[in-house]
Amino acid sequence: MKKLGIVRFLGTNCDRDISQVASEFKIPYEYLWYQDLFNVSDYLAIVLPGGFSYGDYLRTGALSARAKVMESVSEAAKKGVPVLGICNGFQILCEADLLPGVLLRNQNLKFIDQWENLEVSGSKTPWLEKYSKGEKLKLPIAHGDGRYYATDEIIKELQDNSQIALTYSNNPNGSSYDIAGVTNRSGNVLGLMPHPERALYGWMGHDFGRGFFEWL
Amino acid sequence: MKVAIKVLPRREVLDTQGRAVQSSLVESGFEVSSCTIGKYIVLDIDAENFSKAQGKVKEIAEHVLYNPLIETYELEEIK
Repeated sequence: MKKLGIVRFLGTNCDRDISQVASEFKIPYEYLWYQDLFNVSDYLAIVLPGGFSYGDYLRTGALSARAKVMESVSEAAKKGVPVLGICNGFQILCEADLLPGVLLRNQNLKFIDQWENLEVSGSKTPWLEKYSKGEKLKLPIAHGDGRYYATDEIIKELQDNSQIALTYSNNPNGSSYDIAGVTNRSGNVLGLMPHPERALYGWMGHDFGRGFFEWL
Repeated sequence: MKVAIKVLPRREVLDTQGRAVQSSLVESGFEVSSCTIGKYIVLDIDAENFSKAQGKVKEIAEHVLYNPLIETYELEEIK
């Protein structure tokens, strides 16, 4: 049976939260070590969790993006396997050119840790198939480098190809066009700064995040 | 031999760190109209001289040391 692959870099710290999600939905999972390649056909989806991989040294996500495991992640992405990058995972996917754009230091230079109101934008990704276009949800963010940036040309492409997946209703970090998450052209790769795995149960505050994983 | 790579943010990207430092300097009484902060990276590699080193160092710079979307870089000889 295919498993959920959870990538671990040095400094990744949200990996076990993802394994909790997998257990919640009875999905078998396996941790994927940053120095090793993996057999893409063994996995039903790959998650790059949040954290501070490589201490955010040089640029956030930059060193992780060049780690050995990313050759397999890239192969998975190209073969249409669903790939999800959360927070640091989103930063890594951008640095690895598996998603367009880059995440910069928050505009107010502060680490922001709070619930955000978000809107689903109508991209074509399996990760959001449980949500409808225009649907509003709340997910928590916890990041210092969450300001999404891309050139005007890239933003136009994202708009034309419905690659903008989620936007902030009250932009907390200066992200271009209030972008909180984007997909690749084919939609199987999604990166977002908010943490859906931290909105799984009512006792966490809200459970809007369940849909991100329920479909698996 | 040692070679330096200077990485600077592109002018069109908001450099929040530079802006914060500039504000702080102005508050401390210095007249500074702008501040941009980059990185100075020194590599020790195997090469006979600076011009022979450039090809290798460019490849390294382009592999990871700078992100072309938001930064530019220059090589510098260390004498």
